[in-house]
Order: sequence, then C-alpha cells, then structure tokens
Amino acid sequence: MPEILLEMKNIQKYFAGVHALDDVSISINAGEVHALVGENGAGKSTLMKILSGIYQKDGGSIIYKGQEVEISSPLEAQIMGITMIHQELNLMPHLTVAENIFIGREPTRGIFVDDTKSNKMAKELLESLNIDIDPTVRVNTLSIAKQQMVEIAKALSFENTSLLIMDEPTAALTEGEIQDLFKMIRDLRAQGKSIIYISHRLEELPQIADRVTVLRDGQYIDTLNIEDATRQKIISMMVGREIYYDPKEKSNVPEDAPVILEVRNLVANNVKNVSFKLRKGEILGFAGLMGAGRTETMRAIFGADPLASGEIYMNGEKVEIKSPYDAVSHGISYLSEDRRAFGLAIGLSVKENAVMASIEEFSSTLFMDDKKIADVTNEYVEKLSVKTPSINQLVRNLSGGNQQKLVVAKWLIKDSEIFIFDEPTRGIDVGAKSEIYDLMEQLVNEGKSIIMISSEIPELLRMSDRIVVMCEGRITGELDISEATQEKIMSYATMNM
Amino acid sequence: MKPNNFSKSMGFQKILALGVLALLYIFFAIFGNNFFSWTYLVNILDASYFIGFMAIGVTFVIITGGIDLSLGTTMMCGALLGGAAYNIWGWGIAESLILVVVVATIIGIINGLLIAYLKLPPFIATLGTQMVGMGFGAIVTKVMTMRYPTVGTPDGFFKNIFYKTSTGFPVGAVWLAVAFIIASIVLNKTKFGRYTFAIGSNREAARLSGIKVQRWQALVYTLCGFFAGLAGIFYAAVYTSIIPSTGNGLEVLAIAGVVIGGTSMTGGVGSISGTIIGVFIMSILKQGLMSMGLQAHWQTFFTGIVVIGAVLLDNYRIAQAQKVKIKAD
Repeated sequence: MPEILLEMKNIQKYFAGVHALDDVSISINAGEVHALVGENGAGKSTLMKILSGIYQKDGGSIIYKGQEVEISSPLEAQIMGITMIHQELNLMPHLTVAENIFIGREPTRGIFVDDTKSNKMAKELLESLNIDIDPTVRVNTLSIAKQQMVEIAKALSFENTSLLIMDEPTAALTEGEIQDLFKMIRDLRAQGKSIIYISHRLEELPQIADRVTVLRDGQYIDTLNIEDATRQKIISMMVGREIYYDPKEKSNVPEDAPVILEVRNLVANNVKNVSFKLRKGEILGFAGLMGAGRTETMRAIFGADPLASGEIYMNGEKVEIKSPYDAVSHGISYLSEDRRAFGLAIGLSVKENAVMASIEEFSSTLFMDDKKIADVTNEYVEKLSVKTPSINQLVRNLSGGNQQKLVVAKWLIKDSEIFIFDEPTRGIDVGAKSEIYDLMEQLVNEGKSIIMISSEIPELLRMSDRIVVMCEGRITGELDISEATQEKIMSYATMNM
Repeated sequence: MKPNNFSKSMGFQKILALGVLALLYIFFAIFGNNFFSWTYLVNILDASYFIGFMAIGVTFVIITGGIDLSLGTTMMCGALLGGAAYNIWGWGIAESLILVVVVATIIGIINGLLIAYLKLPPFIATLGTQMVGMGFGAIVTKVMTMRYPTVGTPDGFFKNIFYKTSTGFPVGAVWLAVAFIIASIVLNKTKFGRYTFAIGSNREAARLSGIKVQRWQALVYTLCGFFAGLAGIFYAAVYTSIIPSTGNGLEVLAIAGVVIGGTSMTGGVGSISGTIIGVFIMSILKQGLMSMGLQAHWQTFFTGIVVIGAVLLDNYRIAQAQKVKIKAD
C-alpha cells in the first residue's frame, strides 16, 4: 500500500453562485505523477488553485501528510511544501536566475546581499537537478523551457517541497525540451516527490503519469491506473455527459453554396498554417481546448493582431486586411467573448451603441441625424427582439443576452456579411442562450455566414454545419456535422501533431 | 536570444547617452557664447547638483515601474520651510537644513502610503502631492521669497560645505559623486535594491515569493523624498533665493535624465551610472541654452522635446527587446 501524501475530500467551490467544484475528492500518493485531465471549465485549475492557496474552498477538507490543513495563501502552501508552477511563469524577468531562486531569502553578508554565495548555491542546486543553466544570466534571456526549469528549481530550493503542481507544463515546449522535462519529473519522482500534472495532451500521459484523474463539469469522474487509461476511455470520461441539445443531423448548406471566405496558410502568434473555407449561409464551428489558437486565428483574420504570413480571399478575390477597419469595410465583424471590454460601450445608450460602427452613414458633414439613428435602431431592436424599455436605455442595464443581440444589431446595421462569434453564450443563462441560437439561425437564413468559436461541444453540435477542430495553433480535424460526435471532436482537440 | 544580448543593449544605451553628452557639449562649445570655459563647466556642475540628487531618488521609483511628479515642488517645499525656519523662526542654519530634508522625506512617506497602501496610481498620487507641496510652501512663507545666508555672512559657511570651498573648488560635485556611489551600492548590493528591481520586473511574482511588496514600495518613495530634500539643500546652497510657488517642472529635468540614462519607464531595468550621464545631459542642455542667450522658456520648450524623445526611445527599446524574444521562442 503506497503512502498517501495528500487527500482532498469533498471539496466544494462556488463562484458568484456557479457551482465550480461539486464534492470533488482526489488522493495523491508519495512519489507519484498524478495526471489531472478534463475539458475547459471542468474544474482542474480551480481545484489546484485551492490546493496552492490562491482560492479558498467553500467546503470539504484537505489532509496533507496525515494532518488536516487550511491553506490560505500561496506562501503558506509553499512553506508546507506545495508549489504550483503556473503556465504564465511567476519569475522576475529582469533578474538573474540565482536572484530569482533566492528572492526574499537571499544570503547576506552584513547589510549586503551575497551574490557570490547565492550564485554558488544556485549552481549547486541546478547541477543537482541536471539543469544546464548559468545562474548569473538574466531570466528574460532564457527560453520558456529553461524559465520553467528555473521555476521548478526555485520550488525545489525549499527543502521540504514534496508536491509540485504543474499546469500544462509542455504547452510551450518543443519535443526535445519535453523529453528533458519528463526526465526531470522522473528524477523527482524517484526522490519521492509527488507531482500533479495538468495536461490536455493525452498522448503524453502514458510516458509520464502513474495515475489519471478525470474531472468533468466540476465533478469527480474517476481515477484510473495509467495501464488501464486508454486514450479512448479518457476521452469518453471527459465528454461523457448527457447531451442537453439535439445535435443538428445534417448540414443546411447546399454543396454548391459559394465560398465567401477562404483563409490559406495563415501564420500568426499561436496560429500555425491554418487554412479553411466558409460558405455562404454556413455556420462553421471552431472547437478546441484552451490555447488551441482559435481566438488568435480570428483576431488575425480580423486584422486585430498582425499576421506573419497567409492569404485571405473573399468571394474568390484576394483581400488585404491590415486592421479591423479593413475587415469591417469588407463586411467582416468580430464579436468578442468579452462583450463589455471589446463589444459595447456599456455607459452609453442602446441607440448610440447600435450605430457605433456606422455613425458616418447617419451623419451629415457636421451633425448626426438623430431621427435616422432612432429609426434604424428601433427597426433592429424590433427585428432582433432586443428587450429594452427604450432605445435611450443605458446598455449596462440590459441582460447579457440582450447585450449580445445589440452587438449583432450593430454589425447588421453596418451591413456585415460574415459574423465571427467568439464564445457567444459564455456567461449567459439558458433562456438567453436559446435566443442567441435563434438569432444565429435567423442570420444564416438571411444569407449571412457565421464562424462560431465555442468551448461547449454540445452547443457546436447543435449549431454548426461543419466543425473545424484546432489544437495548439493547428487545425487537426474537420468534420461534417453528420459525422461529428463529442468523442471525435475531443480526440482531434487533444491531438498534438 | 544570446545570453548577453540584454546586457549588451543596456550597455549600448549608456554608450549612446555618452555620445549624446559629448555631442551636446561640442554643439554648445561651437554655438554657445563662451560655453567652452571653466566658468561654464562650473555652471554645469552647479545645475547638476539638484537635478542629480532628485534623479538618484527617482531612479529607484522608476525602476519599480512608478513615477514621482512631486519631486520638484517637494524639493522647493523643503527648501522654503527650511528658509522659513532660518529667516522667520530664527532657527540655526544646521537645524534649518535638517528641516529641509525632514519635510521632503515626509512628503515622500505620504507618496509611499498613497501609492503602496491606498493603491493610488503613482501618476495621480504624486500629481496631487505636487500641488500640495507647492501650496504648503507658499502658505508657510506667506508667499515671501526665502533667502539663505550668503558667503561672508556668519552662517554663509554652509555654502563652503555644499557648494564651493573658500578657494572656489566646486565641492558639491564631491557630494554628488559620493551620493551616486552610495546609491549605486544600495541599488545593486542590498536587499532593498534587489526588491526594487523585483517589484518593477514582476510585482505579483515578488509578492508570491514572500516579499512585503507594499512596505518596500513605500520605502522607495520615502527614499525619493529624502533625496529631494538633499536636492533642496544643494539648490539653496547654489541659488540662495527660494521663490514660493515654483518648482513644478523641475522634476521633469530629473525624470528625463533618468530615462535618457537607460532606466525603463515600464520598470525592472535601470542603473545609477546611466542616471549620472542623463543628469549631465540635462544640465548641459540647461546651461548650454542659456549660453546661447535662450532664456527659461526656451529651456522649458527643449526639455519637453527631450522628454518625449527619451520616452520614445524607451518604447523603441522595449519593442526591440520583445521582437528578439519572439524570434527566440
């Protein structure tokens, strides 16, 4: 019977009424690598943030080294010997490796910090971990992989560190760097340290993990020994929820519908050689896990971020999109997942927001034509059934669903042909969701075309005519709706090519 | 990115600044009236004292990613209160000079509390204390100009200590050099300096490493106030008369000097040695324009341009560094 290092029992966590973790229990043995997997929003990060003291649990208990503990801050967790290595690394880029490792407890000689000593200590530490890094170089001159190793070394410089939590440690690494990291993890395991390993890359689990725990929708599903955890089995556990929508059975787009948008070999930040076509009247779903590069792809197409290379064609003609202004004038609109930050001016009225993108069309040389603005706003408020007492209502007073509709109205008034919806139903209640779905159907029925990014696979299955799946910046699969299933999508979404 | 590119780019900035320093000097030597002379060299030194002390303090602040716009009026407020103590309240010169530093340090503490503990943005907090300091100095002195003792009067010896010896040796330069050396050691060799960089580089990471970020940040602004007080003593020693309701705008000379010297407005990067070069660029500019017969408003005009140029250069540097980084990834 292996020694148990940590047990989290019946953990509960609520965020503003949302039940983020519902009675989750997990047990970690000493000297094991324990993988934690699940879709976006499954609760992995929340659970680990509770363990590392960033969040406080609302219920349940944590038993660590045989004692019940309360962990109220990351510092407290570290003192106990629990350290989390975040994806966005917590280093001070302008300081040297040794300075980073010993920050806050640097060796001193009188009132001066003893850099000679700390460099020497860092060198010994790095050597003992077989990490080939000069402790005197600044961290921002190192590759991400090396920076990660510095952070691991920093964690291990605390004598009693016995549990490391790694959040997607391989996401930004090359194959060679991954093997180095794995070797290091195996060394740590051999020394009796435990590692909780969060990853979307299911295929790497057999190489590194001893056991796998699957979470789904904030609930504990099961823990498997790695020998029993086939890829298929994990995927079916990750997505094995009941589908609460009827999926679309077949595409509503005729075979010969014209291609309205074509992207060829797009390369941008976290976008690697992406090509796809969008047909007129189509809803093209984009599936993928966090960091798959879907939003980055759309932002590059929309001109919001620079694209390194690639071509965009509209109705068969090549177009140059260098800024959102260009995209809008070509009839493309982008509806960001963060409506409040990027889509609407919530301190202004419905009317003002509705014509925000097309104000020039409603103005004479000097003045805005208030009557025309009011007319067009009323027309679209009615058409999209935006529930607002008046077009002079401030947008902040509208519900999330109605705000979303208003963003659509804004782009319809601007005469957009292509609507890119980025997580259109995030943070919206069920009733409002179905209104958004109706609205999207209304748009395609009028001949508009839609790209829909969503992390909810059932929603994609309900809405899309075709689904493109991305993983780590690449398109890893494309499925016609008639052949798409949750399992197939998840399989592509975790396929690291 | 090669391991030493970063330090190389830091070095490049300093070499560039030294080049500018030399060019400016040559420019004014050619076009200025009698600029290439011992007198003007001393004038340049004279102007560098108060700019230099302010710049040392604000270097720490800027490395944390902050700013102190109250520097100029803090210095003046201290000098005015010291002057009031000497002229009106009949204090001795030594006590009056100590008061200069105490007053400025208190303003520094207030900045620190507002920024580190009450979470005001540094820009706003110090803009506020800039006005408060300027107003307070004028209120206490009843808007009368405060005069410090001149050489020859019984208390005039303080000028011999901080400004010029009786033989005419610019002793202020020695004090400034000592301050630069001490500040450089503090910045590079003590925990205080280390945490100054850490906060500016990644505040959250510093906090998660167990550093009492608020306390150190408040201390940085306090130090800045302290140096503004020292600047006040040297300003009084060199210029004798302190006029109420002045001083705003002088901080810009110091901040520009710091940024020209390679300290980044976004924090995490900076050096005292760079600041020295920047300070002399600013004082050469100030005196050089004067030698061309261009008065205060011209100095203001050019200082503004230099500030914009320095910050543009800083932006460019950051963009370049990021470019290299993306390539490396």
